Amino acid sequence: MTRKHAVAPAIAILLAYSQVWAQGESVRFEAVGDAIPRALTSEPGNAARGRSIVVNRDGGACTLCHAVPGEKNFGNIAPTLAGVGARLSPAQLRLRVADSTRVNPDTPMPAYYRTEGLNQVAAAFRGKPLLSAQQVEDVVAWLATLKEAQ
Amino acid sequence: MRRARARLALAAAALAAGVVLAQERAIPPGELKSGSVFLGSDLRALQNDDFANPGMLWVERGERLWSELAGKKTLACASCHKDTSMRGVAASYPKIDKASGKLVNLEDRINLCRTGRMDAEPLRYESEELLALTAYVARQSLGLPIATRIDGAARAHFEAGRAAYHLRRGQMNLSCAHCHDAQWGKRLLSETISQGHPNAYPAYRMEWQTIGSLQRRIRACLSGIRAEMLPYGSPEYLDLELYLAWRAQGLPIETPGVRR
Ligand code: HEC
Ligand code: HEC
Ligand code: HEC
Repeated sequence: MTRKHAVAPAIAILLAYSQVWAQGESVRFEAVGDAIPRALTSEPGNAARGRSIVVNRDGGACTLCHAVPGEKNFGNIAPTLAGVGARLSPAQLRLRVADSTRVNPDTPMPAYYRTEGLNQVAAAFRGKPLLSAQQVEDVVAWLATLKEAQ
Repeated sequence: MRRARARLALAAAALAAGVVLAQERAIPPGELKSGSVFLGSDLRALQNDDFANPGMLWVERGERLWSELAGKKTLACASCHKDTSMRGVAASYPKIDKASGKLVNLEDRINLCRTGRMDAEPLRYESEELLALTAYVARQSLGLPIATRIDGAARAHFEAGRAAYHLRRGQMNLSCAHCHDAQWGKRLLSETISQGHPNAYPAYRMEWQTIGSLQRRIRACLSGIRAEMLPYGSPEYLDLELYLAWRAQGLPIETPGVRR
């Protein structure tokens, strides 16, 4: 009896997961407090790929606003990302990258993993998040390595 | 006694209204800075040198067009307007056109004269001719402070413009205010963000290798945040232009500006 109860929700979760996979583009996450505890993908984030997404103009283009360790060309709108891995847990980093407006409603930082509630998105980008789930995980993996404040 | 109290209440109300108006301005009049302040000294020098400023080519072309006959009535702008009559005009736009009750910018106003008074075809937005005439007319207001009105029929457009200015939009989910009110003076990668004023337009932009209208510049910002672009002359752009002019009230016209 108790066993059956435990299995049913597990199947529900599995079903929900396969639905997300089938649609491919479905953008969803579950925030708990100021964090997203559960990774967005089953494949662990790759920190090396994450770094190139962070500094690449066609990727996350985080250097538009943030100083980033090892980069000479960057904006000064936001605090440096150096040491961010010591200040914040991976789960907290995940929410800030996925949708920073959940932490600060008036932030200028784009929500990188969100497609709902946006206005007048250009047709070519409509329904697409700035980063894919895997890219968010890659970025979080690299941010988590930034332990030293410079 | 009663009268004095009533007068006091009135004064207090007026004061409160004044305070609200002052607070509405994210950038107080004393802190207004033209976009040219945020340029490198090389581009600023280029803008200030009438012989080297590439935008002056369009001003000169506009001066020639001003006295060229056109349309079924074979009239020129100069047939009706004295050369000096355009001083201060650009500083008051966008403005409500009395005949139609519509909000028009300087480009629209020029086209109204072409269609309504000269029986000529309207000039296309961003066409060389319209840019030249607009730059020529705006140049007559060089150094004069922007002084647009937002009362009467303009009020609703002003409110719509303010809403458009503060609307988060595009895949990057940013409003104009996020950059031009909250972050001016800071760098976006290597480009310093200005206060986003309209006082230099039409302006010559290095990236365009030509002169462009204020609406072209606004569209460049929209494309940067991956937001939809509306057709030139859309009501939303006109409303935005009015709001931009209001928040730049008092800033001198410096057309043709030179920009990166
Ligand atoms: C348009 C500017 C902008 C861009 C682009 C941007 N950010 Fe931010 N970010 C900010 C600002 C401003 C803050 C400071 C907090 C706030 O105002 O919300 C911030 C905060 C953060 C924080 C929290 C830092 C802390 O110490 O609390 C992280 C992590 C972060 N950003 C990561 C990124 C990553 C990764 C990217 C690229 C994928 C990125 N940001 C792109 C503006 C930006
Ligand atoms: C991501 C930040 C950003 C956003 C959002 C943004 N702009 Fe800009 N804007 C810029 C940059 C960068 C420039 C070029 C440098 C400068 O500020 O003059 C610019 C230039 C301008 C200029 C020309 C200023 C001059 O002196 O040449 C105007 C006007 C302007 N923007 C209006 C707007 C309006 C209206 C919106 C909203 C629809 C908007 N901007 C949204 C970053 C932004
Ligand atoms: C047949 C006479 C006539 C011709 C030709 C003419 N205009 Fe006008 N224009 C007027 C009149 C009259 C007004 C006053 C406003 C109105 O139309 O209600 C005016 C208004 C204007 C204004 C607005 C002035 C203000 O104070 O707001 C501008 C700008 C302007 N004209 C530019 C031009 C240009 C540029 C041309 C040539 C392409 C031109 N006009 C050709 C008659 C003319």
